[in-house]
Amino acid sequence: MFPELNNLLNITPDRAEQGKLTLLCDAKTDGSFLVHHFLSFYLKANCKVCFVALIQSFSHYNIVGQKLGVSLTSARERGQLVFLEGLKSSVDVFFQANEEPHPLQFLREAKPGNLQPLFEFVREALKPEENGEAAWRCPVLLVDDLSLLLSLGVGAVAVLDFVHYCRATVCWELKGNMVVLVHDSGDAEDEENDILLNGLSHQSHLILRTEGLATGFCRDVHGQLRILWRRPSQPTAPRDRSLTYQYKIQDKSVSFFAKGMSPAVL
Amino acid sequence: MAAAATCGTGAGSTASVASAASKSKVTSFQRRGPRASGTDSGGLRLVSIAGTRPSVRNGQLLVSTGLPALDQLLGGGLAVGTVLLIEEDKYNIYSPLLFKYFLAEGIISGHTLLVASAKEDPADILQELPAPLLDDNCKKELDEDVCNHKTPESNVKMKIAWRYQLLPKMEQIGPVSSSRFGHYYDISKRIPQELIEASNWHGFFLPEKRSSPLKVESCSLTHGYLKLLQFIQNIIYEEGFDGSNPQKKKKNILRIGIQNLGSPLWGDDICCTENCDNSHSLTKFLYLLRGLLRTSLSACIITMPTHLIQNKAIIARVTNLSDTVVGLESFIGSERETNPLYKDYHGLIHIRQIPRLNNLICDESDVKDLAFKLKRKLFTIERLHLPPDLSDTVSRSSKQDLAESAKLLGPGCGMMAGGKKHLDF
Repeated sequence: MFPELNNLLNITPDRAEQGKLTLLCDAKTDGSFLVHHFLSFYLKANCKVCFVALIQSFSHYNIVGQKLGVSLTSARERGQLVFLEGLKSSVDVFFQANEEPHPLQFLREAKPGNLQPLFEFVREALKPEENGEAAWRCPVLLVDDLSLLLSLGVGAVAVLDFVHYCRATVCWELKGNMVVLVHDSGDAEDEENDILLNGLSHQSHLILRTEGLATGFCRDVHGQLRILWRRPSQPTAPRDRSLTYQYKIQDKSVSFFAKGMSPAVL
Repeated sequence: MAAAATCGTGAGSTASVASAASKSKVTSFQRRGPRASGTDSGGLRLVSIAGTRPSVRNGQLLVSTGLPALDQLLGGGLAVGTVLLIEEDKYNIYSPLLFKYFLAEGIISGHTLLVASAKEDPADILQELPAPLLDDNCKKELDEDVCNHKTPESNVKMKIAWRYQLLPKMEQIGPVSSSRFGHYYDISKRIPQELIEASNWHGFFLPEKRSSPLKVESCSLTHGYLKLLQFIQNIIYEEGFDGSNPQKKKKNILRIGIQNLGSPLWGDDICCTENCDNSHSLTKFLYLLRGLLRTSLSACIITMPTHLIQNKAIIARVTNLSDTVVGLESFIGSERETNPLYKDYHGLIHIRQIPRLNNLICDESDVKDLAFKLKRKLFTIERLHLPPDLSDTVSRSSKQDLAESAKLLGPGCGMMAGGKKHLDF
């Protein structure tokens, strides 16, 4: 996790909020560093994490996680992390046709299907222990990324249904958190993606939006991060507080600064 | 006191180390051989496979794309397990060159090739690969590998200047040996037939595979993509690139080349209409291909006619599913062909995306204006330089202004800007 981002979001691993849906959105840049941040944050906060990683392999997240101070292999071994590796499982699902339900079963289907097997997998992974003692704090669902499901033939409505079911189970019933990543296609006019993004923006409590700089590529400032708080817990607090920062990604951390205050310029 | 004591013990320990070193006569100078094992990349043990090298940033295994200039722009090379997507230029003149460089590099490095095309027979593609530029020593090395009985051609012994015989022949640019990373090729010559025959390659020509039955029930993938995916998976499994066959004594890389993916010849209609029925076929294929590549020692190059794809959303999705994306934009047929600013170049090359593998950052090059030029023997990539404008009316505010001032020079001077002062005699 990045300590500067924790300060900006005003959260610490000890006092993680519950029942929140966080939307990560990137437009014209790569927002995957936020996924690594939240993964290591929730693992350090002693939460049970179910990570649906569709876009990269396990070793990628593991190696970056080690730079950020968590070991995914040991978390998986002690049961804190349930990892669904999309790339490896998709090859298994596709080439070996067996009849048992698999979370990525929609790959086999000709018509766009629904994501019910995936939801069953998530529910099974995050259900509380039978014996009643809570080894971990709140459960967390992390998805990287949802726009990929649209590329695989699932409709935007089916993805929204999946998110709705997961929210009902993870956020409301189990009092956990959800973090999802969606790409913003910008001017590429991807209607399905826009439907998904707008639908999720209305449902989420916190939106972290990374964008490239309007002026183009810069060596010292890699992009801009817009933080938008929606649905505050207290009714008297002002709605929709928003902050904008610029960031630079380094080897093991990300540094944030106010707009125009990059250390390279000052 | 304590500080002095620690210093004393420190000095003592170094002295003991020095004495131990001198006893065993081991110097601290270690020559870095080609088998230099990886960096601190967390348990990633790198096997010394010919034609690969670890990345300096994260120890990721890299292969060369065949163009050392492109390797440098991509951060050292193409990572094993990833896809290089080449967005074809408008008339598909320069992208086959990059495709052939990739395959030729595979033959020289001794990798296994898998060539897939719907338009040309893979055997014909391999015949047209460029010849490598090698110096004398490794020519002999390759000849010995290929056939033991062939005598070297240049056997002329020098009688007087016999010392010069030992020097490598420096006739071309950058003579390199075959065990190095990244070679130069001569496009005007064909690769020697023996090298092709000595290499291990598999071809997939779509018209030949039409009638064979399908093993997997047809999902939304087009028939052509499905057959290709099964073919690739078959090769990876049978030849042990995914580590499933432990009897293989030497590990090797599989280089996959897919030509004109997405074109109507593959049975896909994304290049024909905007609202196609099967718009997920290509993206699903790319995802499954990515899954196959990530779990095996292979690298893939795909050329795709993205300028024909009507639906921009599909291009964005395809870009997100590929790791490295390079776009070629040639000047042929556009107004830039006659623009004096671009007279030295044949087109622009755009590095649209570089992956961040095992890392938060990637090696993005600072230079964004890159142009390529096809010379008689080489394909070069250079930084786009504007020619110096030495005319009286100099306004360097924008490239359009420069072009305007070039036109002001008058028709008598032709279309050459720069260096021609407007002098009347």
